[in-house]
Formats: sequence, C-alpha cells, structure tokens
Amino acid sequence: MSAETEQRARERRRASLRAGAKAGIPFAVAAGLVAVSYGVLAEPILGATVTLVMSVFVFAGSAQFGSVAVLGAGGGVPAALAASVLLNARYIPMGIAIAPSVRGRWWKRAAYGEAMIDGSWAMADRGDGRFDPDFMVGATLPSYPAWIGGTAIGVFAGDVILDPADIGLDALFPAFFLALLFGGELRGGRTPVIVALAGGAIALALTPVAPAGVPVIAASAAALIGLRGTGGGGEPDIEGDPVG
Amino acid sequence: MAEAWTLFALMAVTTAVIRASGPVVLGGRELPRRATAVVALLAPALLAALVMTETFRGEGTGLIVDERALGVAGAGAVMLARGSIVVALAVAMALTAGSRALL
Repeated sequence: MSAETEQRARERRRASLRAGAKAGIPFAVAAGLVAVSYGVLAEPILGATVTLVMSVFVFAGSAQFGSVAVLGAGGGVPAALAASVLLNARYIPMGIAIAPSVRGRWWKRAAYGEAMIDGSWAMADRGDGRFDPDFMVGATLPSYPAWIGGTAIGVFAGDVILDPADIGLDALFPAFFLALLFGGELRGGRTPVIVALAGGAIALALTPVAPAGVPVIAASAAALIGLRGTGGGGEPDIEGDPVG
Repeated sequence: MAEAWTLFALMAVTTAVIRASGPVVLGGRELPRRATAVVALLAPALLAALVMTETFRGEGTGLIVDERALGVAGAGAVMLARGSIVVALAVAMALTAGSRALL
C-alpha cells in the first residue's frame, strides 16, 4: 500500500471511530443508569472494591448481574462463574461475525474483540456480513467511563438512590435492543424479519426453563435460516422493507 | 471476600478470552459465502432474543410479564413512528415507571 493510501485508510478509520463515539452516547447514558443499579445490588454481596473492579475489568453487564444474582441466591463461585460464561457465550458468534472485518496482528485483533458490547456490535453491522470495527470501538468508548462511574455512584451513594424499578430502569436495555432492531437491523427484505421472529421465539420459549444466557445463545441458531436461498440479506425483495 | 476476588479474577480472564476468541482465531480471513450469509443474520436473531430475555426474565430461571413489557412496546411504537432512540428510551422508562406507580 502506498503511503497516501495508508494515510487515507487511517483517516477513514479515525472518522469511523469518531462517528461511533457519537452514536454510542445514548447507549452510554443507558449503561450509566444501569450501572448505578449494579453498584447498589452488588456492593452488599461482593464488597465495594470487587464491585468496582468488576466493572473496570469485566465490563459485561449481563455477566456481572447474573453472577451477583447467583451468589445472592446462595450459589458458590463455580455456579456464579458458569452463569457468567453462559451469559458471555453470545460473544463467540458475535466475534466470529466481526472476525473477517478485523485485520492486523493478533493482539490488535484481540483488542478489537475486547471492545465488543451488544449495542456497539449491532451498530457496527454494515450488512452482508461486513462490520466496521473502528466504529464499534468508538461506540464502546463512551460506555466505559459511564459504566464505571455509574457503578461507583451505586456503590457509594446507593442508599440515597431510588429503587431502579421505580423509574422504569429495568425497561431500558430491552427498549434499547428493540430500538436497534427496528432502527436498522430489519433492512433487506423478509429474511431478517423472519430470523428476528424466530430468534425471539426461541429465546422466549427457553426463558422459563433454561439458565440465564442459554436462551440468547440458542437463538443465534435462527441465523442458520440464512443457509437457505442464495445471498442471504441484501437481496432485492418485491415486498419491500417493512420498516425502512 | 476471598471468594469475591477469586470470582472476579476468573470472570475477568474468561470474559476477555471469550471476547477475543472470534477475532483472534478467525481474524482477517474471509468466511465461506454461506457462513457470511448466516453471520449477516446474527444481529436480528440476537437482538430479538435479547429483547425477549431482558423484557421477560425473572430471577434466575423463569418468565415474568410485568410493566417492562409495556415500556418496551412503547419504545417499539416510537421507533416504528420513526422517532429517535433517545425518545424511545424515555418513553420506555416513563411507561414502565408510570404503570408501575398506578397499579
């Protein structure tokens, strides 16, 4: 690659990073609020220090909440760890999805992987199997301090804060994921809509009976519907896009 | 407290490894076309699943239908009416908190 092409590529990546950071702000606000409730919930069970370092070094909401729930219910470290692994399992297909778009030496690829959170991953989806990894990193950036700061507020000011349920905080993440779904992931004809319905149905069917984490990773099987037909998403469809 | 630190160390390592595994093992390589077709559909499948589990999960295993569902439906309506994500989230919280306060 010539020096000029390299320079342009770097500029494009920086532009993606900035665009991602801007797009990631609403999610960061939501994450910050949810982190407050994590701080409140986890501090009596893990202690203030571990609660905080969890948010700094694990930075995975469902795994953090899930593991605390297991400990709070009387489970031991192995059970809490199992819950955490199951809840993080969806990062495996998500990581496989972005892999072709991630270049560079192995430690750079690992770094991109560490920036993966649900909202950023979904917002970095460009369709047809392509992702913008720099956009994804940018979108995660605002969430990181928000997550840590929110946790700290929950840990140290927990008794002053209202019950998260009183302000409808528990509806925040599902509403956000639905907004991402309706906001862009259903483009490209009927197939994404069918896959979404199938994935939702699988998850709903398994929620009453399977441990936390399993319904979501099982729902990724709905994407196998893409094996039928030729191009998967992006094909012209005479029925048109129901949302766009 | 030692338990908490042990759990933290194990979670930090496993989470990091799980997150890095896809890009490190398969990074930079083109997937076969059929695999790409599947990958392109992962986001709708996973997002829909996350909506379902986050709206309806109870403590541990179990399904609970509560005011969250109303809030999430409201957010969906805002998006279908082409509103912004921020408005959708505000509506979700307001509907959930409001219906909870009234019932």
